[in-house]
Amino acid sequence: MRKLSDNMDTEALQKSFDEKIEKDIKIEPKDWMPVEYRKTLIRQISQHAHSEIVGMLPEGNWITRAPTLRRKCILIAKVQDEAGHGLYLYCAAETLNITREEMTEQLLSGKAKYSSIFNYPTLSWADMGAIGWLVDGAAIINQIPLCRTSYAPYARGMVRICKEESFHQRQGFDILLTLSRGSAEQKAMAQDAINRWWWPSLMMFGPPDNESPHTIQNMKWKIKRFTNDELRQKFVDMCAQQVEVLGLQIPDPDLKWNEERGHYDFGPINWDEFWNVVKGNGPCNKERMAARIKAHEDGEWVRAAALEYARKEAAGLTGKQSEKATIKK
Amino acid sequence: MEQPLWEVFIRSRQGLDHKHVGSLHAADARMAIESARDVYTRRMEGVSIWVVESKNIHASSPDEAASFYEPAEDKIYRHPTFYKLPDEVEYM
Repeated sequence: MRKLSDNMDTEALQKSFDEKIEKDIKIEPKDWMPVEYRKTLIRQISQHAHSEIVGMLPEGNWITRAPTLRRKCILIAKVQDEAGHGLYLYCAAETLNITREEMTEQLLSGKAKYSSIFNYPTLSWADMGAIGWLVDGAAIINQIPLCRTSYAPYARGMVRICKEESFHQRQGFDILLTLSRGSAEQKAMAQDAINRWWWPSLMMFGPPDNESPHTIQNMKWKIKRFTNDELRQKFVDMCAQQVEVLGLQIPDPDLKWNEERGHYDFGPINWDEFWNVVKGNGPCNKERMAARIKAHEDGEWVRAAALEYARKEAAGLTGKQSEKATIKK
Repeated sequence: MEQPLWEVFIRSRQGLDHKHVGSLHAADARMAIESARDVYTRRMEGVSIWVVESKNIHASSPDEAASFYEPAEDKIYRHPTFYKLPDEVEYM
């Protein structure tokens, strides 16, 4: 059978693609798609995957110092989830014809970015609470609309991620609530963590709409469903209410309910700080990259040994054929 | 050298089909199954796992979908709703 695409010119393929987007029909890996759509998705999904992987580091920092065994088990489970989320996303990106090796190389060489939030340090146990409540809270608001994104493997990955992510936010809130109901010192520790994580969390939604060059095209392609500012507002509205339950404050003197808009107003974001961290000058950029590079290099011999074992086993050289995994009907 | 890519299929409950859930890299089938357990069943999502090396999967082409599935299009008599039954007929 001849391939239909041989006969169709780019214009016709583009038209059929546009119709699918228009009708909310998902795009699958083998479907034709514009070069720029593919490029944008590779960039966005791989950055998202890298963020999950680098995102393990700030919290991994506290696993050995969690205050109780219960908190330690929860934190390990959460960090393990982040690894899983990174893998779901790498697997979605690979369907777009980029290899895992290429993506890893892009992360380790600094060519690919990851979320700037992970370049801030985790100074106290309360930071585990603030990260869960604010950072994961912001991530969820970003991610829920992505469950309906137009590229199917990305959407499927996001559904799985969102299901798991809500425990992350709740456990963070639970940490802050416990601290805020504890001693004056513990309450102050919780407030300090919120003070440090609040503004970087607002920056997670990306630059304001009038400075976000990709937003219009990404919304046309239905990769994005809401603009950065819309999502940021949603997050502020949510936190402004929840912080009252915590009995703590959001560090913004301008935060005020605006009856007319039906939303909370909030103060100006320091975008110079944001761009400075993106450019690599945040408090922990170098430390994070060094940790990733070390992990990759330390694991090299394990990957090589596993491949060599697989090669020998396939060649019948290991004498352990009986242990070979089989699927029984 | 990159570890081969495997597609992962999971049976969520006894009695149901295995369903594709995603892919992962692993050196061999046994490691692929162990990784699939860690990546895709952390919350008891499965009771059985299949892994297949991605290079062994052959797929129909979306470009040919129109002509490929065309033979089924005009055979509406394959569906029970095609047949009008008298009202008196019950349980059919």
